[in-house]
Amino acid sequence: MRYRLLVLTAAVACVALGGCTGKNDKPGTAAEGNTIKIGHYASLSGKEATFGQQVDNGVKLAVDEINNGGGIGGKKIELITEDTQSQTQGAQNAVEKLIGKDEVSALIGEVASGRTMAAAPIAMREKTPMLTPASTREDVTKDENGNVAAYIFRICFIDPFQGTVMAKFAFESLNAKSVAVLKDNANPYSVGLAKAFVEKFKALGGTIVEEQAYEGGQNDFKAQLTAIKGKNPQAIFVPGYYTEVSLIATQARQLGITVPLLGGDGWDSPTLTQGEAKTALEGCYFSNHYSEQDTSAAVQDFIKRYKAKFNGEAPGAMSALGYDAMMIIAKIIKDSGKSDRETIRAGLAALKNYKGVTGNITIDEHHNATKPAVVLQIKDGKFAYHSTVNP
Amino acid sequence: MSEFLQQVINGLSLGAIYALIALGYTMIYGVLRFINFAHGDVFMVGAYIGFYAFPKLQPLLGDGYGTAVAVLLAAMIGCGLLGVTIERLAYRPLRSRPKLTVLITAIGISLFLEYTGQLPVVFGADYKTFPTLIPETTYTLFGGVSIGSTQILVFVVALALMAALRVVVLRTKIGTAMRAVSMNMNAASLMGININRVISFTFFLGSSLAGAGAVLYAISYPKINPLMGILPGLKAFVAAVLGGIGNIAGATLGGFLIGTAETMTAGYISPSYRDAIVFGILILILILKPSGLLGKGGAEKV
Repeated sequence: MRYRLLVLTAAVACVALGGCTGKNDKPGTAAEGNTIKIGHYASLSGKEATFGQQVDNGVKLAVDEINNGGGIGGKKIELITEDTQSQTQGAQNAVEKLIGKDEVSALIGEVASGRTMAAAPIAMREKTPMLTPASTREDVTKDENGNVAAYIFRICFIDPFQGTVMAKFAFESLNAKSVAVLKDNANPYSVGLAKAFVEKFKALGGTIVEEQAYEGGQNDFKAQLTAIKGKNPQAIFVPGYYTEVSLIATQARQLGITVPLLGGDGWDSPTLTQGEAKTALEGCYFSNHYSEQDTSAAVQDFIKRYKAKFNGEAPGAMSALGYDAMMIIAKIIKDSGKSDRETIRAGLAALKNYKGVTGNITIDEHHNATKPAVVLQIKDGKFAYHSTVNP
Repeated sequence: MSEFLQQVINGLSLGAIYALIALGYTMIYGVLRFINFAHGDVFMVGAYIGFYAFPKLQPLLGDGYGTAVAVLLAAMIGCGLLGVTIERLAYRPLRSRPKLTVLITAIGISLFLEYTGQLPVVFGADYKTFPTLIPETTYTLFGGVSIGSTQILVFVVALALMAALRVVVLRTKIGTAMRAVSMNMNAASLMGININRVISFTFFLGSSLAGAGAVLYAISYPKINPLMGILPGLKAFVAAVLGGIGNIAGATLGGFLIGTAETMTAGYISPSYRDAIVFGILILILILKPSGLLGKGGAEKV
């Protein structure tokens, strides 16, 4: 018995060590071989499944178009996708695997700022460039000391801007002077967006009559909403993710709250308005990265190709951002002729005026993209274009 | 004041659901003296039975209360059968073994249901939107306190089921047998009571109440996923212990108290502490009165 245990332990140790040495054998060899490996980690299942699936579709469309056009310099892109199951630990495991085992040249992901921030230290440690399509929290591209994280980039706007957009919208367009906030305390994105909104709204001269919080994954928001209802706000800012937002909206209406709810890009999912939430959210507003009603040729052409590939399903903002992220990495590899991690990092840092589906993308010295935001209104369960706000 | 009343209403409607789940814990404890930790996951399966039954039943029965009742019954019967199956396959072979063995088996069943449910071929790990069973109308009472039709339905169904359970346990032959088994299994067996049948029936009854609770929970919070049973299951367990495990009236009282405590914490202290308070109550009751509020600590239990 003891002997068997010993053998087993030895076997496990061998596998573990083998895995380790394999990892450290040949660093930076990702460029060799006949394919260029790109890793994508996303919430394909779990609470934010819509985000992951949409980005994944966008990335896949881009990879298909590149590979069908002959690849880059004769090399095809090999996309390796890992599911984070909408969990922080899942994001860390996925990134460890993509960098260590698959030896990818670059990483795309995640949407949720909390999960991107959990995976970022691993990418930094392994010196692997990571491009997040949609994490908007301000410090995603900063390291723990508050300096710019050398290997972390994004192609979306950041929350101080998104919060400003919605604060101005509430104050000026809705003419709301007293607003309540209901944020997700367990979600760095939500906390960051709420902070930006509150600061801007107060600076404009408005009053925040109530600030309440919940923890993502909870189902019952009636207690917080009852407290908010007692303060009679003219609008409620709910910067959470769609799963909770549709429950919050439904329960708000059940409690007799009729004022509009406002939110950010975390609302962007077709499941937001499923069931009871469809009537509950009618007429509410949120800020987003792009609108599918944008009449520009780039957007309409993208929608056409996306629908052709995915059985007529319409792309969300996350799909467009995923597509842009993949295309930007491909362009850097194509322009430089190299696909090692350092070249891609330098290419991302120097990206200027890239014409993407989600607008003109220039990555600034803070590794952020400065882009306009759109405000969408929910009409009959669909997201109708309302206005564009420039930075 | 109206805000306080509103919180009370919210708390009671949440508590009614906890009470339904707690009844299953307490009845099974009553006859078998062990905590069925898979109960919360039977509850989860109930929500999915409702989710899949709705599109099949709606074309037959149309919109409105007919379909709602049918979905409720489907979840109750489905969960009841699941409970009986679990008992037959997992717990009965272990009945003469130490209680700890059965308890660990129950945890195993719980994990089995949670993680099998997450497989894409079963339910899938993503959140599903539970269909709207009844049209939502909000009624405003005195002083701006409002109550939704869903909340009213939760109250009515939960109270009706509790009353029905009371009749079954106190007025029927099988109920008398249940009480006899809970007092002394061997003596009951010597009196000619078929122990296996009584235990199966208890599991059916307890699990079907969890199924009803699941549909009520799902119409109140219409996002369901395979891990949704964990927290409500644990809180209902706390409710059962608070009221006095093994005591039916205690489980009901415990459910309402836990629901109200949770809502009050979220409304007046901080929503981050709602779970901490609930489990803090569990620790306090175990220290101060381990037999629970209505528990006698003696023999007479169901």
